[in-house]
Amino acid sequence: MKTIRIGLGTCGVSAGGEKTFEAVKHEIEQKNIQALVKETGCNGMCYREPLLEVIDEARNSYLYGEVTPEKAIRILDEHVQKGTPIEEWIVQSERPSEDDLFFKKQRRIVLRNCGIIDPNSIDEYIAAGGYQAIQKVLNGYSPEEVIEIITASGLRGRGGGGFLTGVKWRFCRQSPGPLKYIICNADEGDPGAFMDRSTLEGDPHSVLEGMMICAYAIGAQEGYIYVRAEYPKAVQRLKHAIRELLARGFLGANIFGSAMNFYIKIKEGAGAFVCGEETALIASIEGRRGMPRFRPPFPAQSGLWGRPTNINNVETYANVPWIITNGAESFASMGTEGSKGSKVFALAGKVRRGGLAEVPMGITINEIVYEIGGGIKGDRKFKAVQMGGPSGGCIPASMGDLQIDYQQINKTGAIMGSGGLVVLDETTCMVEMAKFFLRFTQDESCGKCTFCRVGTKRMLEILERITDGNGREGDVALLEHLANQIRNNTICGLGQTAPNPVLTTLKYFREEYDAHIRLKKCPAHSCPALLTYTIREEACKGCMACAKACPVEAISGEKKKPHAIDPSSCIKCGKCFETCRFDAVLKD
Amino acid sequence: MLQAESGQDKLENGFSSSKVAFKVELWKYQGENGALIPLLQSAQDAYGYIPPSAIDHISQIVGIPDAEIYGVITFYSQFRLKPMGRNIIKVCDGTACHVNSSSAIIKTIESELGVAGDETTDDGMFTLQKVACLGCCSLSPVVMINDETYGRLTAKKIQQLLKEYRELEP
Repeated sequence: MKTIRIGLGTCGVSAGGEKTFEAVKHEIEQKNIQALVKETGCNGMCYREPLLEVIDEARNSYLYGEVTPEKAIRILDEHVQKGTPIEEWIVQSERPSEDDLFFKKQRRIVLRNCGIIDPNSIDEYIAAGGYQAIQKVLNGYSPEEVIEIITASGLRGRGGGGFLTGVKWRFCRQSPGPLKYIICNADEGDPGAFMDRSTLEGDPHSVLEGMMICAYAIGAQEGYIYVRAEYPKAVQRLKHAIRELLARGFLGANIFGSAMNFYIKIKEGAGAFVCGEETALIASIEGRRGMPRFRPPFPAQSGLWGRPTNINNVETYANVPWIITNGAESFASMGTEGSKGSKVFALAGKVRRGGLAEVPMGITINEIVYEIGGGIKGDRKFKAVQMGGPSGGCIPASMGDLQIDYQQINKTGAIMGSGGLVVLDETTCMVEMAKFFLRFTQDESCGKCTFCRVGTKRMLEILERITDGNGREGDVALLEHLANQIRNNTICGLGQTAPNPVLTTLKYFREEYDAHIRLKKCPAHSCPALLTYTIREEACKGCMACAKACPVEAISGEKKKPHAIDPSSCIKCGKCFETCRFDAVLKD
Repeated sequence: MLQAESGQDKLENGFSSSKVAFKVELWKYQGENGALIPLLQSAQDAYGYIPPSAIDHISQIVGIPDAEIYGVITFYSQFRLKPMGRNIIKVCDGTACHVNSSSAIIKTIESELGVAGDETTDDGMFTLQKVACLGCCSLSPVVMINDETYGRLTAKKIQQLLKEYRELEP
């Protein structure tokens, strides 16, 4: 019997995957087709969603992309029933295709099961080798040995900090006290990052197993998953997974028949970016405003309810079972000197193939953008990548050969961050980009530290006046001064990194700031206030389309004669530019 | 509106939605700390927003003063103190949507509806929310109206969409 798998991660659902799923189920029932329908998470090819995979009796896989309900019904008819694959819709199969490039340079550890197994089935996870690692640990290793293995693997915290996971675990293990907690940080708040969501939606058990191993190593009896309430699907799959674990005795008292007791609870976050910071996250679980506090004491000494607490992010935990199963050496053999293993990136922006890619550390930016991402959309020029979201920065295309690891990225002034990687092209204004991120951090500042609360506000005002064409001589120096003050006088990661988007764009795109301030021009033609629209007489056919589109009647001219824009009444909305079919409207 | 109205009824009966009451009992029973945020979430689930009487009630359960509860409510973006419109428009302004001109989409919706972000139209038909990321970056720019996602939008497409939603209402 053939198996049909349909990707129902959030990306698949937003692209219409649920309608495809319903149509397939309905059709199979109606026509009594012999096939097994299963849902699965995202395999990373978000740009091809909704995805539908047909696995035939000989275990050959045919992956179809952009499958609407109508297409799905034809696939059922021609491929599933009559056995003839519809070649032109297949994006991946035994036969080589362009989409193979998306996977060629990837190395999948965290995403090992995503898009392959049914996330709602514990049996499929077990069949894929799941829950072997925790049993290996319970039966054969002491907690210290587990910490040794994780330390030797070189795994670093994937939430952005990049602190060595094994060392962190050891601190918590060594803290005295009978009661300890572990927390999984799934409060992925960066705009443009969705790695953790896809992992939780596609393979929740890998994270839960990682947490069990961590709890054993540290000596914790209780774990919390702090997950964004905006991720309903991830919450639902986690809840289901935990229920299955409890039913089988894999969670609760004496897990897997051992002497260890372990419970996991889900806490839904209520929407605050700062809660990604450890101490703020703890405050939020305790039911208070999520405001960071001064460290030390570190959570490993005094965390949740004042007890020693270990916090790692989703991706970090998902790596753990793999390391136990395959050994520290195989993990450490991947990557660079100081950064081992792989990293998941959410690839988005002006790139052709946007989605989720897990790459070995040490891969270059160009390899990600051109080979995995397929280059820039619309054949425009690659300008920069934004890494690390609001705490990160922009790395220019000229540094595309840079190897991605923690040290190299930090040197540029950006950070690895949790893994958002947004590709920018020549139409993106870097000043505007900096303003976008600063507005975000300004909004999300908890207000505790003056420099973060007021300083980011002042920086934002300066950026706003620059993009509005009112920038003044000396504004750049003022921005730099404020940035340094904020960086040095705030207590948490949000404040300390908030100036990064401004500082990196100043470092690599200084001339764009100067053009805005001195020439009152936006080189990317993106800031509306700095644009002027004119009509080229020789190209204008006098079709009057622009005059009709103009909301303020700033365009005049007779039929079949060149038109003109009155600059004094033009509001620079760009409607004429979008409307003209003869490229007669100039934007400068 | 329906939800808010039925919520109002329950409210007059003394906060007795079975779901909420169940959670309250559960938390009491376990005597667990940190119950405030889950309680606020249940209240919002039941009413669509957090009405003042719910705050009073929660204050009594957890023994935290109203003022502090207001502090928590206003800290987190999920909580709202006003009822929502009949249709919720979530317009994505995540990084990917932003570089793909989500600001033009936001501007169009704002001028079509005459509201700014996090406001509800006077007729209670639409609430506009700007959100950081809907997670379908490859379809950007994206809006979500109720549970439907619309991707690869242009100003024209969103105008058409709003018109369709208006026509749906008698």
